[in-house]
Formats: sequence, structure tokens, C-alpha cells
Amino acid sequence: MTEPTAATTNGNGPAASGWAPGELAPRPGAAPLGRMLLAQAATELRLTFRNGEVVLLTLVIPVLLLVLFTAVPLVDVGGRRVDFLVPGVLALAVLSTSFTGLAIATGFERQYGVLKRLGATALPRGVLIAAKSLGVLAVEAVQAVLLVAVGLGLGWSPHGSVFAVAGLLVAGTAAFAGLGLLLAGTLKALTTLVTANFIYILLLVGGGVIFPLTSFPSGVRHVLGLLPVAALSDGLRAVLRQGAAVPVHDWVTLLVWAAVGLTAAARTFRWE
Amino acid sequence: MPEAAVEVDGLVKRYGATTAVDGVTFVAPTGSMLALLGPNGAGKTTTVEICEGFRRADAGTVRVLGLDPARAGRRLRPRVGVMLQSGGVYPGARSGEMLRLVAAYAAHPLDPAMLLDRLGLASSARTPYRRLSGGQQQRLSLAMAVVGRPELVFLDEPTAGLDPQARRATWELLSALRADGVTVVLTTHYMEEAERLADHVVIVDAGRVVASGTPAELTRGGADRQLRFRAPPALELDRLVLALPVGSHASEVAPGQYVVEGTIDPQLLATVTAWCAAHGVLAEDLRVMQRSLEDVFLELTGRGLRS
Repeated sequence: MTEPTAATTNGNGPAASGWAPGELAPRPGAAPLGRMLLAQAATELRLTFRNGEVVLLTLVIPVLLLVLFTAVPLVDVGGRRVDFLVPGVLALAVLSTSFTGLAIATGFERQYGVLKRLGATALPRGVLIAAKSLGVLAVEAVQAVLLVAVGLGLGWSPHGSVFAVAGLLVAGTAAFAGLGLLLAGTLKALTTLVTANFIYILLLVGGGVIFPLTSFPSGVRHVLGLLPVAALSDGLRAVLRQGAAVPVHDWVTLLVWAAVGLTAAARTFRWE
Repeated sequence: MPEAAVEVDGLVKRYGATTAVDGVTFVAPTGSMLALLGPNGAGKTTTVEICEGFRRADAGTVRVLGLDPARAGRRLRPRVGVMLQSGGVYPGARSGEMLRLVAAYAAHPLDPAMLLDRLGLASSARTPYRRLSGGQQQRLSLAMAVVGRPELVFLDEPTAGLDPQARRATWELLSALRADGVTVVLTTHYMEEAERLADHVVIVDAGRVVASGTPAELTRGGADRQLRFRAPPALELDRLVLALPVGSHASEVAPGQYVVEGTIDPQLLATVTAWCAAHGVLAEDLRVMQRSLEDVFLELTGRGLRS
């Protein structure tokens, strides 16, 4: 048996250690909820940006796509390319953070027992979920600022209401997050990783993000139009390109996906 | 404050056809240290995880700080520290960062930097969790359990796989916790750990309690003590047995291995050495030994703990 060289007392006398009496005396209690929320959100945000793959997925790829497809006439979008692409890439950026990134991170947190361990602390689940939401919205804010700046640099001329855009981004986030958590809460982490990336690529191609849905046959087009990312890019284009109101069917599509996805995730999510 | 920090009575937990915990009962008085001792698969982790509120009991009752952990989790969690057997940390998080996060959940936490230092983790405070050695991960996990200054901690295998120095640092922390009035419930498969640290030892095997009590109570019974020595094989023991007090007993348990059982006192020791001198025998490796928990476990289950 491997034995420490110094004997420890049988718990009844002072231990020969550096601990002063009373140093570990119990003083239990939970921190104020606001302090927990801030600490949790700040940690999650730091961890997100420390992950190179996440930065690639959420910042580098959207910017590259925006620059590339604006510069090169690869697709006919029926108008100025940058005006078509900025709303689409914004939708893609929301997808990358609130669906792909969230699903992969949550999947691994489940696999590594992080969610289980946090469940044994004073941190209430509601605060954990709020912190994760804050983290996602903060990443999206960084993405939006970056893409708007790059878009303006490429000659983009936006129209419409900022509030309508913000409302759409939040509704899209809710729809994607529900679906991402549905994957992460039921599948193994590695399966979640592969599935979430695969869906991201499918939606990048077929979600009306970069290639207009009008380039698909009409039967397919109507089905694709029901995808949340298609509804989000369509809604964003209506506002940012034409200064119009958000089409009702886009709101309905996003909100139905959000309701279904979040409900299904809440019902099926396994914390460990 | 209730007198018992943890009360488990007739606890049963089944997974499909397997009964992982089969009627476990024990009480950990407030401020004491209790060790659940047993081999892997004995049901120790399941028992502790039910106390922590992670799992539901199929039968029996569990009271933690007087509350039902399955219902009163929200009230218990700020008061209870938990160390999982593995994992529980963001793989990309640095150890200092993770400990500060857990400290931020508590109203009056210990200083995370001080805690890392005492556990020998100061130099790896900026190392991501996934790059820590197994022993460093264990100690970080222990630090996370105590940083919130809980009144009760559940530690699942706190020293498994630690090197002797890290184990000593952990033992010192556990002893200091108990000395400061924190109730400690730990699982272990190290006999020595239970014997040295715990006030109460509950020996579990195949989901059942096979024995429980203080280390002294468990090792009492049978021969109080033994005297063992090595000498040339096949010595004539008759004269020795005659010289020994009534109730004592001498035998050659293996060739050249001699054991004297009974009340081992200075007089008896003198008798044995005098007999050796009379026979021109040099007794090597002469030792007076206590019956160990290992012996107790072997008697109760018919096999060794780590077999």
C-alpha cells in the first residue's frame, strides 16, 4: 500500500497541517442571485471565445462568406449582392451561435459532468439558463457589430427599424436554441457535434442564407421556406433591404419553432 | 441543528434487475467523519448520490441536515459541499477560474487562491482542467467541494489515485474540516484511510452493510493483538505454549512465520524472547500488531478488499 510518510491523527486531535483552527469553520449560504448570474455568464463567455473552433464557426466563417460572396458574382440575387448577403449572413451568425455552438458546448458539458456538478451547487437552474442565454446574446452582439461593420465597408446600405431587426434576432435565437438544446440534451456529445455541424452546413446551403430560395424548384422552395433560418433571413431582408415590416409568416414560423423546440428540449433534456 | 447530519435508513436502489443498494442504514452525527468503506461496485457512490439529491431512492428514508434531499435540494445545496468521483469541470476552464466560479455561488467563500495553494495547486492555477494530472483534477474537485464553507461535505473517493504527498494534503484538509465542526461523509476503498481518519466506519459489500462502528470497535474482537516474528521453520513450540499465560496461543502459520495471539503485554513479550534465547533463536521482524480493518473485511466477506 502507498502510505504517506507522516501519520495523520484519527480526527480527534489537531492535525499536523497548515490549517489554523476555525479556518474551515462552516459559514454556509448562497451568494445573491445577481452575483451568481454575472460570474456564470462571464465565465461562459470567456470559455466560448477561448475555443478556437467556436471563433472560427461564429466569427471567421460568416465574415469570410460575406466578403467572398459580395466580391465574386457566384449567385444571382436579384439586386445588389451585399444588400442580400448581410441579412443572410446575420441569420447564419445567429444559427452558428445559438444552435451549433450552444449544442456542442452543452453536449460536452453534459458529458463531462459539468451540468451535474453545477446542479449540486447553490446556483439555481434558472440562473444557469439565464447566464447561458446572456452568454449567447453577448456573442451575437459581437457578431452583429462585426458583420455590420464589414457590410458597411463593402458598401451595404441598410434600411428599416432596428427594433424589428433585434426582435427577429431574439426570436431566431429562441428557435435555434430550443433545437440545439434538444440535440444536446438527448444525444451523446460527439453525435451532437457531428449532427449540429451537419445541420449548419445543410442550412447554409438550403436555408436561403447565401443562395436565394428562388433558385430552388417551387415545391422544394416552399418546404425550405418553413425552416427557421429561412424565416429569419427572409424577415431580416424584408426589413433591412426594403425597410418593410416583418412578414407575418416569418414571425409565425420562428415563434412556432421556438415554442416546439424549447418545449421539446425542456421535456427531454437529461442533465447527466 | 439536528444531532445527526445524515441519516440513512433501509435505503434501496435498483437499476433494472440489479439491486445496487440493498437496505443500507447508517447515521453520521453532526461534526463527525464517516467513511463508507467497500470495494468498487459495493453501492457506495449510489448511496452518496442519493444523499446529494442526484438520484431517488426506491425504498427507505434519507435525511440530510434533517431534510429530504429529493425535495429540499434548493435549501440544502448552499449548505452541502459535493465532490464527484470524476469530472464536473468545464474541460477548457483553468483551475483557478473554475474554483473562483464555484466560490462566487457562496455568500462567504474561502479565498480560492489560498485553497489552491494549500492543496499544492498554486502552480497549475492557470492550467486548463483537461491538462491537469488525475491527482490535480482530484484536488481541484475537493477544493470545489469545500470553497463555499459548507457544514456538510460528501466526498466520493477523495484520495483515489493520489500520490502519497497529495494524499497527505487531502488527509490534512479532511482532519481540519472535522476539527472545525464540518461533518464529513466520504467513500473509500483504502482501509488505512478509513481507519486513520474516520470516527465511524460503515463497511459495505454488494449493496449491504456488513459491519459498522468506530475503527476500534471494528478491530476489537477475536484476538486483541498479535505478536508476529520470523525464525527458522519447525521450531518446537510446546515449551513456549506452556510458558505463555492461559488464553494465549502460539502457532507457526507458515514455514518460519510465527504468531502469538492473546493479551500481548510486556510480560508476554519477555516470555517469548526468553524462549527464543533459550533455543538460540534470533527472532527477526518481531512485531506487535493490531487487528486491521483489512482483517475484519476479510473475515466478513471472505475476500480481500482490492481483489
